[in-house]
Amino acid sequence: MSFLKKALAITRKDVLSELRTKEIIFSALVFTVLVIVTFNFAFSASQETTALVAPGILWVTFTFAGVLSLNRAFIPEKEENCLEGLMSSPVSREVIYVGKMLGSLLFMLIIEIIALPVFALLFNLPVFSAPLVTVTFLATVGFVAVGTLFSALAVNTKAREMVLPILFLPMVVPIIISAVKASGLALAGESWGALASWLQIIGAFDAIFLVVSFWVFAFVIEE
Amino acid sequence: MADEIKDVAPAQAIAVQELKKSFGHHLALNGVDFRVARGESVVVFGPNGAGKTTLIKILATIMNPSSGRIFIDGMSAKDSAEKIRRRIGVITHQTFLYGTLTAYENLEFYGRLYDVPRRKERIHEVVETVGMTSRLHDRVGTLSRGMQQRLSIARSLLHKPPIMLLDEPETGLDQQALVVLREALRAEDGARRTVVLTTHNLERGLELGDRLLILARGRIVYEGVTASLDLAGLREAYHQSTGVKA
Repeated sequence: MSFLKKALAITRKDVLSELRTKEIIFSALVFTVLVIVTFNFAFSASQETTALVAPGILWVTFTFAGVLSLNRAFIPEKEENCLEGLMSSPVSREVIYVGKMLGSLLFMLIIEIIALPVFALLFNLPVFSAPLVTVTFLATVGFVAVGTLFSALAVNTKAREMVLPILFLPMVVPIIISAVKASGLALAGESWGALASWLQIIGAFDAIFLVVSFWVFAFVIEE
Repeated sequence: MADEIKDVAPAQAIAVQELKKSFGHHLALNGVDFRVARGESVVVFGPNGAGKTTLIKILATIMNPSSGRIFIDGMSAKDSAEKIRRRIGVITHQTFLYGTLTAYENLEFYGRLYDVPRRKERIHEVVETVGMTSRLHDRVGTLSRGMQQRLSIARSLLHKPPIMLLDEPETGLDQQALVVLREALRAEDGARRTVVLTTHNLERGLELGDRLLILARGRIVYEGVTASLDLAGLREAYHQSTGVKA
């Protein structure tokens, strides 16, 4: 219980800080809306073509908006020299990981909640279905789980904002591909059964990424 | 494990044994060995790159040593890092404060991490100690460097630590903050805290410490008692043991 309370204290601090600066949400949202609008003009084609490319557009948008958001998970701690303050506090490194991960997950879900209606409006697709919401949520969990780990790894490098996508994106390719495939089926109105295999793959990667990141984080954060 | 702890006397607050830390090929600490008794103040002097900051980071369990052992209040830093962190307060030239949050929000955050009981009252107590009550709800980013350092002292005192680790804490401190810092080194019940302090400032170190160590090239090259030294004597000892004029 104490573990979760302390992790939530870190999440709460990140949310409070974000409410003041609006750095993550604002930049990621502007990027998200711009990409969706640009793709909408690029593919002003038939409904069939749109349905074919829409899942890819959706996940390209979420992936790069997510990278923008994850980049800010540890950079403010480093810039304000607060990482050592956290590390000298009586919390395990795993608490720091979970606290940071929950914050990034919250920010990414907020971006997705705002982006999906814009996507639905411009592409005229049924995004408010239980299958698509489930796919989006599960893929975001895995994305953020491994992204938080790599964000901590990249923060100690010089070109940290460039290093994160280079290290991190190859790792999440299986989740992104599965999310694109599952989203395509969900947007086409397919049943849960048709999505099951992709959801299982995403779920398996979520579990692997969560467990491995949780255990590896202490080695990454300690110099 | 019992054998390991056997040679750490109960009166010792800190015991450092054969501590080594390397960064790649560079050996920052090369067999550092010392003890600090409860209530004792030990000042560590040394030129730039001597390993002072590395030593404080390892004592604070922020960084792991390459080899060697550390015991704080008889607990091994390797096995009981979280328990040790509850017993130490850390002040460095970095404040560990978030500029976008207010002074109160910063202290509340650290209070939660340290499980400080009666958090709100305790925050008001420490803020009063450092003379920052009127700026409690101002954002830290708007405070002067001296005020931020005073707030950093308040942060380090929140959980009433019996041991204080200070890494060049005087950087950026104004005169008022220096007075606050001196008071912070005394525990609130009037007893003395155990202190390990690193500094470049020989005069201040001589004033604050009971015992002094001089660190050079990752080794302790001089050990003495401050009562038996004046500033000129310390300067001479520093020059002879480090080759650097202070």
